Amino acid sequence: MRNRYPVWKNLLILTVLAFGIIYSLPNFYGEDPSVQLSPSRNAKIDQSVLLQIEKLLADNGVKAKASELNDKRILVRFHDTDTQIKAEELLKSNMGNNYSVALNLAPATPGWLRAIGAKPMYLGLDLRGGVHFMLQVDMDAAVTQAQDRYAEDIRTNLREAKVRYLSVERDKASIIVKFQDAQTLAQGREVIKKEVRGLVLNVLENEQAIVATISEQEIREVRKFAVAQNITILRNRVNELGVAEPVIQQQGEDRIVVQLPGVQDTARAKEILGATATLEFRLVDSEHVIGPDGKAPLGTRIYNDRAGRPLLLQRKIIVTGDQVVDASSGLDQQSGSPAVFITLNGTGAKKMADTTKESIGKAMAVVFIENKSETKEIGGQKVTTKRKVEEVINVATIRDRFSKRFQITGLDSTEEARNLALLLRAGALAAPMDIVEERTVGPSLGKENIAQGERSFLIGFALVAIVVLVYYKVFGIIANLTLVFNMALIMAILSSFQATLTLPGIAGFTLTVGMAVDANVLIYERIKEELRNGNSPQAAIYAGFDRAFATIFDSHITNLLAAIMLFGIGSGPVKGFAVTLTIGIITSLFTAVTCTRMMVNWIYGEKRGVKLWI
Amino acid sequence: MNAKTKLTDPKKESLPGVPNINFMGMRHIAVWASIILSIASLVSLGVKGLNFAIDFTGGTVVEVKYNNPADVNQIRLNLEADGFKSPMVQQFGSTHDVLIRLAPQEGVSGSNLKSRVMGILNKDPSNIAELNRIEFVGPQVGDDLVTDSGLALLYASIGILIYVALRFEYRFALGAILATLHDVVMILGFFSVLQLEFDLSVLAAVLTIMGYSLNDTIVVFDRIRENFRKLRRGEVVEVMNISINETLSRTLMTSFLTLLSVIAMALFGGQVIHNFALALIVGIVVGTYSSIYVASALALKLGVSRMDLMPPEKEGALDNRP
Repeated sequence: MRNRYPVWKNLLILTVLAFGIIYSLPNFYGEDPSVQLSPSRNAKIDQSVLLQIEKLLADNGVKAKASELNDKRILVRFHDTDTQIKAEELLKSNMGNNYSVALNLAPATPGWLRAIGAKPMYLGLDLRGGVHFMLQVDMDAAVTQAQDRYAEDIRTNLREAKVRYLSVERDKASIIVKFQDAQTLAQGREVIKKEVRGLVLNVLENEQAIVATISEQEIREVRKFAVAQNITILRNRVNELGVAEPVIQQQGEDRIVVQLPGVQDTARAKEILGATATLEFRLVDSEHVIGPDGKAPLGTRIYNDRAGRPLLLQRKIIVTGDQVVDASSGLDQQSGSPAVFITLNGTGAKKMADTTKESIGKAMAVVFIENKSETKEIGGQKVTTKRKVEEVINVATIRDRFSKRFQITGLDSTEEARNLALLLRAGALAAPMDIVEERTVGPSLGKENIAQGERSFLIGFALVAIVVLVYYKVFGIIANLTLVFNMALIMAILSSFQATLTLPGIAGFTLTVGMAVDANVLIYERIKEELRNGNSPQAAIYAGFDRAFATIFDSHITNLLAAIMLFGIGSGPVKGFAVTLTIGIITSLFTAVTCTRMMVNWIYGEKRGVKLWI
Repeated sequence: MNAKTKLTDPKKESLPGVPNINFMGMRHIAVWASIILSIASLVSLGVKGLNFAIDFTGGTVVEVKYNNPADVNQIRLNLEADGFKSPMVQQFGSTHDVLIRLAPQEGVSGSNLKSRVMGILNKDPSNIAELNRIEFVGPQVGDDLVTDSGLALLYASIGILIYVALRFEYRFALGAILATLHDVVMILGFFSVLQLEFDLSVLAAVLTIMGYSLNDTIVVFDRIRENFRKLRRGEVVEVMNISINETLSRTLMTSFLTLLSVIAMALFGGQVIHNFALALIVGIVVGTYSSIYVASALALKLGVSRMDLMPPEKEGALDNRP
């Protein structure tokens, strides 16, 4: 029965504490108002751009605190928000065409901390201000669209196989294909079975009809896909909004949460999120060149590709986006290079076949078109302008005659293939979305929330600390130190995971103070009891820690159970509370038992005849 | 305190510093008090119901700050004149701060609503409102939340039941879960009687209290088990009494400390977490009471006996006893 820890144990505890303290530090440095530039499209971002910006700011008398270039963006920090806003206007008007300029609050973490990967906690919308949207993807519409595609698919395949049919119609949950007689029905069934996957076929004998139902698995795929695709589209658009650190994630089966910190203008945000996109396939015109006056020759139009280079395309559209049934990325079977596989519907396939027959060796371009509407306030009046953004996303040479299914190869990377496939689908079949929840928090309220949260935490902490100190004396000092370590550890863990701190999260901290000190109380009361039972101080310490442990463990588990249930209902802020509480419960088990023991050992261990100040 | 029923363990009696209160002797009063309060809470829940926030019902909340003191009645009339049905307009914090709650309306979504409401609020050009916060929740989202919350409460209860049954004995588990539900009913009753707004954060507080109250109960149960094994003689009631007395200082100390931090939250944490903190305060007070009285009394009523907690010492290994 020795109240002493082996050296390795002490070292381990001290290491954990050091981790806690160092990695919680970034939270105390505050934030710099700053402006962030990220390249839109293929504009470059490098040292020369940084120098250009610095010169621009200096020439206009805007004083920057610091500027830095990291992998994909340039961040310029300022001393106050006034200069920040001045700089944003300046940068927007001078470089806004190629770069998206956004206001940001960059953590003022010193370099040595950043070097070891220490970051501050991420602040939730209720603390920094911004907009929160929850969008619901219309799953029924997604499934209906899928059925329409299947119906179209069946028509094309039957036509190609020269099987005569009376009608192909969508009926609620299934597609009904009617035939003249049993023979064509049997043929038709074979064709559909072979060519169209993901359908369950039933034959209605007396009506000469096939009832095709989309399989359960396929429907699940369609739903999953609809959400994933909408998220991709949203991500593309939010990037364009120029929001620093947006959050876009799936919630539940059919909902998407979009959080835009710092955005106040919800109307504009909605317009951008709600834009629609289409695709056009056009032939590249290689017989003409752009005239010296920058005008396009007859029958052609000038487009720009993603790098901003002009390109001459024929006016005639081959196929539009709504005729694209599917697009997926993968590897070309022959060459093994990245490829995008595209499937067209019947009408599209026919047009494509007609065009490609005569155009082998020519180049075909894919044009991505986004329809956006923007509302601006001009002279106190709101003016909504519709804008069409057209852009060539791919140019490929036609190697062969093709119709329904074809592939685009010659892409630089699998990532490029994936992006192209996503854009192709984006133009084709996005399921509609509705905004089902919207929360806006003004920036001043955010600041107020932080201030109130911090104040209540500090007051609560101070009250607890004073009572513990008065009641438990020397052991009270130990308990209070343990509490501080516990808070540092929670903060360090939240920071390392880049968890989001919300106002209820701060409440979680405050509550954890009360709960964490419980373990100390349990131990101390036990020690007191052992002393009363006539045990020596050393024996009392030993038995106190030992016997209290089972109880502490049990009580922590029950608290943990309830905290984990909180995740189940948690949307946003409540999740923040659950996270803080859960981590707090776990860390307090460590700090209250081992750290307290270590300090008690240092002060009282190994000494005979001490009087415990408890 | 009932002076006639004295504790019989001489060792315990001679110890200074351990209170000697006959808790179990008063258990009948306590049980009746709990039953009456629970019924009152349930009746209130049935009659008045809870004042659900838009998290659950759907609807819109707008929080604005005026640069001059605002006329709440005029704002209400203006809103009604524009077709909003029974809007709730109230001041909070100061006369400048106004909170408006609107019921969900068909076909009205966030952004057009925002401009419409802000237009009405800014009718008087001499007193301009600055938007602090606007929240719009669709009715479907609210419905889902109600389902999820019910499930969360149910799962938490089942989880607790299983854990306590494994660690102790099923009668203790039942006692613990009933005591915990007792606390939940009390908090809900409190919110129902006073018609305080019940939002998502209050629900979080309720779940937290389930864990917290159980934690208190477990500490008492742990001691009861320990004493059953240590004090070979003595009635079940006496052992329970001794155990509650021995853990009393800890129970009160912890509750007091937690209360301190939560009260600080209620007083200084601002409007958003005020009800959350309030629910915690009620929960901690009731939870402390219920772990002292309700849990043990229930276990006793359910007929827990010394034999139930004696070895086979399978779980004893976890005790780490020297």
